[in-house]
Amino acid sequence: MTLSILAVDDSRTMRDMIRLALEPAGFTVTTADDGIHGVEVLNGIAPDAIITDINMPRMDGFGFIDAVRGQVKHRATPILVLTTEAAPELKARARNAGATGWIVKPFDPAKLIKALQMVAG
Amino acid sequence: MPELDPMAEIRASFFIECEELLEALQDGLETMAEDSGDLETINVVFRAVHSIKGGAGAFGLEALVRFAHRYETVLDAVRSHVMVADGDAIKLFFRAADHLSDLVRESRDNGVLPEAEGNAILTQLDALLGDNGVEEVEETEIDFQPMGLALDLGLPDLDALPPAGPAEFTIHFTPQPELYETGNEPFMILRNLAELGPCEVTCTTENVPLLRDCVSNGGYLAWTVKLCADISQDDIIAVFDFVEGLCDLTIESMQSAPSSKVSPALPDLPPLQDEPPRQIVPEAPAPMPAARSDTPATPKAKAATQPAAKAVVRVDLDRIERLVNLVGELVINQAMLSQSLESSGLSPHSDSMNGLEEFQRLTRDIQDSVMMIRAQPVKSLFQRMSRIVRECSAAVRKDVRLVTEGDTTEVDKTVIERLSDPLTHMIRNAVDHGLETTEDRRAAGKPEQGVVKLTAAHRSGRVIIEVSDDGGGINRPKVQQIAAKKGLIAADANLSDVEIDNLLFLPGFSTATEVSNLSGRGVGMDVVRNAIQSLGGRITITSSPGTGTTFSISLPLTLAVLDGMVVHVAGETMVLPLNLVIETLTIDHDNLEQTRPGMNVVRVRGEFVSLFDLGVELGYRSAQESYLDSVVLLIADEAGSRAALIVDEIQDQRQVVIKGLDESFYRAPGIAAATILGDGQIALILDPADIIAQAQSNASVLSPKLMEMTQ
Repeated sequence: MTLSILAVDDSRTMRDMIRLALEPAGFTVTTADDGIHGVEVLNGIAPDAIITDINMPRMDGFGFIDAVRGQVKHRATPILVLTTEAAPELKARARNAGATGWIVKPFDPAKLIKALQMVAG
Repeated sequence: MPELDPMAEIRASFFIECEELLEALQDGLETMAEDSGDLETINVVFRAVHSIKGGAGAFGLEALVRFAHRYETVLDAVRSHVMVADGDAIKLFFRAADHLSDLVRESRDNGVLPEAEGNAILTQLDALLGDNGVEEVEETEIDFQPMGLALDLGLPDLDALPPAGPAEFTIHFTPQPELYETGNEPFMILRNLAELGPCEVTCTTENVPLLRDCVSNGGYLAWTVKLCADISQDDIIAVFDFVEGLCDLTIESMQSAPSSKVSPALPDLPPLQDEPPRQIVPEAPAPMPAARSDTPATPKAKAATQPAAKAVVRVDLDRIERLVNLVGELVINQAMLSQSLESSGLSPHSDSMNGLEEFQRLTRDIQDSVMMIRAQPVKSLFQRMSRIVRECSAAVRKDVRLVTEGDTTEVDKTVIERLSDPLTHMIRNAVDHGLETTEDRRAAGKPEQGVVKLTAAHRSGRVIIEVSDDGGGINRPKVQQIAAKKGLIAADANLSDVEIDNLLFLPGFSTATEVSNLSGRGVGMDVVRNAIQSLGGRITITSSPGTGTTFSISLPLTLAVLDGMVVHVAGETMVLPLNLVIETLTIDHDNLEQTRPGMNVVRVRGEFVSLFDLGVELGYRSAQESYLDSVVLLIADEAGSRAALIVDEIQDQRQVVIKGLDESFYRAPGIAAATILGDGQIALILDPADIIAQAQSNASVLSPKLMEMTQ
């Protein structure tokens, strides 16, 4: 089954990496550059899962998750947080904001795929 | 492996991104240095370092990750108001940024990483943090285990177990409302369990209230799963990784081929349930909430200059070069075409001629657009210079501030690259020689902090870049004395201020009484001038005692095309840059004056301007008997000095494609480059300002050669 993913990260390198990891595995990847852009992009698509970075300009990952969860149709969309920070408080904060799970950067493509499949089929 | 190529590409793109991030970092630090920075500035700085770390981690650039992480830790402390970044701290941040940029470069080129310097900076960074530093260092080790998903639930022995036979697990799973709120889905979890092995799932519905009492995401359902598989308990826990703490979970195992060690692992489960409170209630949310709540509220001017997400295409420079060359050929071709059409005697109102006009306009538009592709803001160059100022002011122990203006001025990329060396040298000179020592400044009643100013601006089709300092100005008597001592000028030469200043450009001239290890590297201003000249530019000095010196570089916008005036001199066809030609006139009895033999002036609107015969200056012919009725071009260079050049005939005004003269040609004074005209003939492009300078110095002091020639 093809899953469509929205990946939000301010680093072009990371967006490229996510694309490179997921597209060969049959995922459809849409990217956005920061939280605000992510919300804009989300208007036009209905992804099966969302991956987001935490530290981003304009609107950070927490703000973005809030905004997504604020939309009724995305109350149950799985959101994975992609972060370099493994600190438990950050995980807790992400979860409090409504994140479904997290992946610690640098990620292993296989793990990312597995995590996505775990939450989104 | 097909992934190799895209990875290499992403790696290359990562380093390009690093350049951008480093630029943002510099900008941010500069803002912080100016007004100690609002929160968004610190966020930008933090994010820049953070993103470099993130990318570096993906490519296994460990040294880069390690340095960036500790740098980031300190920045994070500033961000969360744990510490205040004072002047010294910001200076250190600048040094760390410089080092980070070194690391990026060395990592990219697989070069040698300057570890010792890095460690020194890290030690100082850690010192800023005080006690917190030690704690963070430990975290470094944990943070970068590439396997972020590893669970640490105190089940270390399990991994060591020999593969046991299929075990039967009974899993009781009761989601809490939070599980649904975070977008987790029990169905997915059950399915993931089923993927581990055959499952028998029972759903407990006894807690489901009446429909009217239901809340949409209430956790009413519970499941009991009997799973029989050849797996360890770890594999099951991994399935529940994301919902750990969001559900009541118990796992019982009954080994069909009993293994003594599995059961003891069971008591480890309680921690699972103990953990939720710790995870859900953030005890130490110090850094993030502050950062987050303030972020949208402070849209500061500087923050607004952050990349406004422009669509950008990255193109190989070779392709652009090819395009530029082709456009150059197009221009030549178009010139040839118009020439042949004109000579064919067509009516200027014919369709062909109208079409040709349109063609000319389009060619020019294409040319301008192509040139725009190559144009880049000088900002990156200026930022490199701010680093030079920092390093070299530290080396000579002067307090120096670099002020830049016109960062956004766009210049041809090649020009920017080739300006780096001369500009570096000029900046070093300004700091080392231009500015006085702190004691001298204090004695002169100036602020202790010296200012070096770097500006860029577009002016009449050229780019003007100026390096100025607020130092003591050129010590002209000393300059003249040194020049005389070195035999560069006659001991009793009577020189004007401008002439003395220009002595600095003579090869082998150095004013520092003792050569410092900074600018005295055997590279003089003559090398700088040559570099600028090879770019088709010119450099001039203005200096006033006590208040400072300004070096002004004037460069063509592009290296490829020039608006020129085609003239004939002594049977040769030559091209003069049109922007230097102010007006044309004819000589008659009324406006010609002779100041002394071989030295004529022409009167233009009440002012006298030195008159030179271009043919003579270039050595094509000897002076004419009479210049009456000759055509004269009045030209002016950037410094404003004017001269009148005698030519035989003005042929045309047109765009010409500059073809550089190879190194192997003799670099004739006054000749800038060459071009191919519409009829296929080669013409030299003149550098009139150079001619003026040559002629003036010849005529005034230095050599009697010109006198012989003219007489």
